[in-house]
Amino acid sequence: MNNPFRGLGAIFYKEVIHARRDRLAIMFSFIMPILQMTILGAAIDTNIRQVPTVVLDESGASQTAGPPDRGTADSRALLDRLRNSDTFRIIKYVHSDRELNEEMVTGRARVGVKIPVNFARDLLDGRTAQVMVMVDGSDSAVAGQAVNVSGQIGLDESLRRILPAGTVVPIEVRPKLMFNPDSRSPNFFLPGLTAVLLLFVTTMLTAFSIVREKERGTLEQLLVTPARPLGILLGKIMPYFALGVLELCAILLFMRFVFQVPVHGSAVLLVLISTGYLFVNLTIGTLISTKANSQAEAMQLAMMTTLPSIFLSGYIFPRDTMPPVFYVLSYFVPATYMVDIARGVILRGAGIAELWSDAAVMILFGIIVLLLAVRRFTRMIV
Amino acid sequence: MPAIRAENLVRRFGDFTAVDGVSFTVEKGEIFGFLGPNGSGKTVTIKMLIGILPLSGGAAWVDGIDVRVDPEGVRNRIGYMSQKFSLYDDLTVLENLRFYGKVYGLQGRLLNRKIAAVIEQNEIGDYRDRLAGRLSGGWKQRLALGCAMLHEPKILYLDEPTAGIDPVARRQLWDLLFQLSGQGITFFVTTHYMDEAERCSHLAYIHYGKLIADGTPESLRALPDITPPGTRRFEITAGEVTTALNIARRIEGMRSATIFGRSIHALVDDSLGQEQLAGAMRARGARVEEIRPLTPSLEDVFVELTCRHQRMTGAAA
Repeated sequence: MNNPFRGLGAIFYKEVIHARRDRLAIMFSFIMPILQMTILGAAIDTNIRQVPTVVLDESGASQTAGPPDRGTADSRALLDRLRNSDTFRIIKYVHSDRELNEEMVTGRARVGVKIPVNFARDLLDGRTAQVMVMVDGSDSAVAGQAVNVSGQIGLDESLRRILPAGTVVPIEVRPKLMFNPDSRSPNFFLPGLTAVLLLFVTTMLTAFSIVREKERGTLEQLLVTPARPLGILLGKIMPYFALGVLELCAILLFMRFVFQVPVHGSAVLLVLISTGYLFVNLTIGTLISTKANSQAEAMQLAMMTTLPSIFLSGYIFPRDTMPPVFYVLSYFVPATYMVDIARGVILRGAGIAELWSDAAVMILFGIIVLLLAVRRFTRMIV
Repeated sequence: MPAIRAENLVRRFGDFTAVDGVSFTVEKGEIFGFLGPNGSGKTVTIKMLIGILPLSGGAAWVDGIDVRVDPEGVRNRIGYMSQKFSLYDDLTVLENLRFYGKVYGLQGRLLNRKIAAVIEQNEIGDYRDRLAGRLSGGWKQRLALGCAMLHEPKILYLDEPTAGIDPVARRQLWDLLFQLSGQGITFFVTTHYMDEAERCSHLAYIHYGKLIADGTPESLRALPDITPPGTRRFEITAGEVTTALNIARRIEGMRSATIFGRSIHALVDDSLGQEQLAGAMRARGARVEEIRPLTPSLEDVFVELTCRHQRMTGAAA
């Protein structure tokens, strides 16, 4: 009589029927992830190339004749170096600072290069010749790449001019990208994306589950039955848990075979560890559902938890550079562990030895949140 | 052992006392009508008696079980049909029944047998595979009743079971309730309809949290408060009934008069006879057709009790 799981089977039976009849939820769980993967996998390339660049080349201009069209041989050589780097694409030559500025402000050009009048003369006389590179800072990734590459070109060109021909460079640094040698964007984006996609779907689906019954008035009826809170909540979570596992498999298959992201670790292990992640997100959705009074409110609460989770998880911005407060906070975000796990297994080939603690933390979180939800739900009954 | 016993039930929400010292006893097999205006504490009382709302004071026993001690035990023994027929619209009739059966721990062959019985009893067999959301009001109500009865509760609480149901379905539901109460099931029914109140074997009337009437319909009609000694009631049929009402109210010996359809219900002093009243009204220009002695309807009873209660509480405050 005092079975705390009472009602679990009945609720499970009913929720499976609900989920099966709810085409929108099924669409939501399968179409949305595939759509997002397509966008992030195919459309987005983090390797920055061909940044639109505008040039003001005043090199060799005289006060009387005005600027020449093609600068000097030295300035042209420098511009060729920039162009050949693949980072810059010169879209326009302008003839005044005003025009240069205008191209930058309108956003037609992200980089503006200004070579001053005395560039060639300074080089010839052995003085330091200056080149100004203006970079649009509104996109930090583009800006960083532009600054790095232009600096490197400058340094390289300087060395070439100082050192006599045939000199051996004392040190050469050869970077090697491990785990993602081709620096392919899908390899970087998609493993972490599994965490984000699962987060959305699982939190949303369960966030609606109880509040929907509250709105329809069926919850009142349910509370009059001998079903117990733990039975009701677990009965509601389980079908969506199964849906989440299916979805995870679909995402992994899509990632591996459509986007050709190699999986270096064990896919089975990944699915197994992910169940902890699914569980904790489903319980968070359930907690939201016991708190919200309407489906609209549940939606907002779900958004309020999922969006910060994504930003704190390290999926988009690296956690290592976060201020201490946020860094600590990110440890309380399940997605943090999952992004780590997914990248670990898929890219680095990590195994259970490296990841078991992450999985344990998530399951612990899940149990705590579930108990909180049960407590809130029990208060609704009495 | 009575089916339900409430003793001095109290429920407060903050400063507001929704139910204030309510006591009554419902015997087994009764159809107990619990009446009162909206917001007077009917649903709150029900929620306490089905073990989902704790009591602020007093005590209640349902089928002998103390709701304060074992609310879950109470929930096992009762059936409850809420105001909105809480069914799952996207589940079929059969699936709704299966779900509620399973919640009460029924399974396998026993579950199937109970479902078959309820389908037969409520005559919903033709709709077994229809989605509940597609049923009309009357059928929804039957299904809801079926779901509430699957586990064979001894006591069924129906909170406004006929709100928004057409008259034929209403009549059929009451026929079903009589049939079931004949089998020993106790019904606790709330309603606004006076004709339904007439069908109950036991009535209670709650007004702003206080119980102001408790008894059989006959005993309530006979209450001295309703027709005080030295007075009697008449039903006056007249043309231009509003004019007639104004005239009637000015006649010596008239205590109160209200319009019911095309006639006037009047409470008059004993000294004012039938012929005398007709004569006096005609003399003032009323087109009186007929005057008959009247036993008070339940509506008269509740209107009178409510007015008296308001006067009393008004005087107290």
